[in-house]
Amino acid sequence: MRDRPLILGGLIVFLALVTFPVWYNAAAGTSSRPPQLKLPAGQKECVAPVAFMKTSHMQLLIDWREGAVRNNVRTFTAYNGKTYNVSLTNTCLDCHGVQARAGQADFCGRCHDYAGVTPKCWNCHNDRAPESSKQ
Amino acid sequence: MRITRNRFLRITGISALAVAGRKLARLFGGPDGAAAASPPVRWAMVIDTQKCLKKAGCVDCIAACHKVHNVPEIKDRAHEIKWVWKEPFKQAFPAQETAYTEEAYKGKPFPVLCNHCDNPPCVRVCPTKATWKREDGLVMMDWHRCIGCRYCMAACPYGSRSFNWVDPRPHLRGIDIEFPTRTKGVVEKCTFCAERLARGQAPACVQACKEQKALVFGNLADPDSDVSRLVRSRFTLRRKPGLGTNPEVYYIVG
Repeated sequence: MRDRPLILGGLIVFLALVTFPVWYNAAAGTSSRPPQLKLPAGQKECVAPVAFMKTSHMQLLIDWREGAVRNNVRTFTAYNGKTYNVSLTNTCLDCHGVQARAGQADFCGRCHDYAGVTPKCWNCHNDRAPESSKQ
Repeated sequence: MRITRNRFLRITGISALAVAGRKLARLFGGPDGAAAASPPVRWAMVIDTQKCLKKAGCVDCIAACHKVHNVPEIKDRAHEIKWVWKEPFKQAFPAQETAYTEEAYKGKPFPVLCNHCDNPPCVRVCPTKATWKREDGLVMMDWHRCIGCRYCMAACPYGSRSFNWVDPRPHLRGIDIEFPTRTKGVVEKCTFCAERLARGQAPACVQACKEQKALVFGNLADPDSDVSRLVRSRFTLRRKPGLGTNPEVYYIVG
């Protein structure tokens, strides 16, 4: 019975620590919303349906890479019949970079940062961000 | 296992017939048969050095190639990257030099590049097949797969390959957005502009040599192409032919 204040106090501190992520984020305004991507202005269609891209864009990019570099297959016929040039910088970033007036950091980077992944595309492939493209 | 002589001979004979029959079938019949016999495309280049050397100090081909492919300009010669460059006669054709070639070609270096050999030693040694020989003759590079071991650089007898010792991007003067750069740690070389060939364009160096038209590029498997006619009508040299690499860049040396 002597220890009741100590125990209660300890319990309260423990609960505060355990629920820290919840109340801290709520208080500080850094929320756990999914990241907001900067979408292109004009285009409404991607090279594949949005649902597919959300789950499998990595596989599509790998297929494009192997196809273009190793098998010299440089055109892609999309689900809607349109043909696209197989190129990260010139096709993907044409819409998601140039037409969105953004670069990979405002599209690709948003989800990758949130998920904590760092694919090494941009060491070689050129970004189309307005400030970074020099000609 | 006990087998009679008769049965043994019968089995051997039928097996031999089967193998021979399959080989014949592949040669004449089958979809691969005809195509495997002679490839429809074999890219090659002929460099007319007489035309090239007319314009002293010209580096149009080098400038065009390095610009279009984002090849960095690194002052330190130990770290330099070059896809096409110039060599004096002695380095380009060591077996053909005489006591007088140095004087004859003083101040007249030859443009050299990857020879896209028929029997490339670099392809043979690559542990990851980051470099491989395409069916149309190009020795290709896949920078996603290169691990930077530089075995290919040791194997190439022509010095055509360069390693990215440092990050190339700070050394680029302006980026051609359409073509990627490379990163530190991979080996690069001329790829006969595979991406331009896919669009039906000539390689950048060939297109850049507008005045002299010293670089001729084409399909050696086509008997009517410019390169075919040139190699069949003029005396041509190749670099270090005795090594058995079978280079496909021919030099008309006058």
